[in-house]
Amino acid sequence: MNPSEQLDATFIALADPTRRAILARLMEGDASVNELAAPFAISQPAISKHLKILERAGLVSRSASGTRRPVKIEAAPMKQAVDWLEKYRKFWEASFGRLDALLQELQTPVNADKPRKKKDEPNA
Amino acid sequence: MPKPLTITTPGDRQIVVTRDFDAPRDLVFLCYSKPELLRRWYGMPDWTTHICEIDFRVGGKWRLGQRSPDGYELASQGLYTAIVAPERIEQTEYYDDNWTQGGTVNVLTLTEANGVTTATMTITFTTPEARAAAAASPMAVGMEIGFKRLDTLLTEEQTN
Repeated sequence: MNPSEQLDATFIALADPTRRAILARLMEGDASVNELAAPFAISQPAISKHLKILERAGLVSRSASGTRRPVKIEAAPMKQAVDWLEKYRKFWEASFGRLDALLQELQTPVNADKPRKKKDEPNA
Repeated sequence: MPKPLTITTPGDRQIVVTRDFDAPRDLVFLCYSKPELLRRWYGMPDWTTHICEIDFRVGGKWRLGQRSPDGYELASQGLYTAIVAPERIEQTEYYDDNWTQGGTVNVLTLTEANGVTTATMTITFTTPEARAAAAASPMAVGMEIGFKRLDTLLTEEQTN
């Protein structure tokens, strides 16, 4: 996979809430398929299907030997996607931060330095 | 404190950005539709907006250009395909060097509740590959350049 295909596979893998939950669990440490399936109300084959998608995206790997074959998270492709979204986030956070200031300015009355209408004003 | 921003990547071709603003919807809509207002907030920190042309009507053309402090230029343009004031703006966007591979369709929706306006921007790429390619794009590189001084800037803004 080239970098852009890799990133795309990552996004597709991350688009599903169950797969995100699996990744969150794996961040705490390796786990077997049974252990991964436990918190979910879905079958083990369904979990295995999710794992295949995650594996294809390179986000997780499974050791080739041993009966338990624990699943392990692979940080690099995940980091690539997160880094990009982080840049995207910063772009919009900076823009929207300026928009906040602009909106505040537009809502400030022109004669804001004069006292605003108050309850105790005789002619209010 | 600035309000939290959420970014999600639903499906295989979209990016969705959501943010709340302490302002009525009419005003937020104006900030998106008037060039003299849009140019004051949209874009990368430290970059200048040297092109901001907006023909704000359905079928009207828009063009935005930004220049980095060291002279790198990035421009995009498109057409307004639907406008429902003050709640919805749909527009196409094509970057000059076509790094988004066929452009994107950008839909902005604004909803207001209790004086707070929620802006939801949905950017749809033509293909999954195009969305992924955007990450390896001049925009991403440009952002990197533009963000070098962002931390300082944000700290300054927050102390004001």
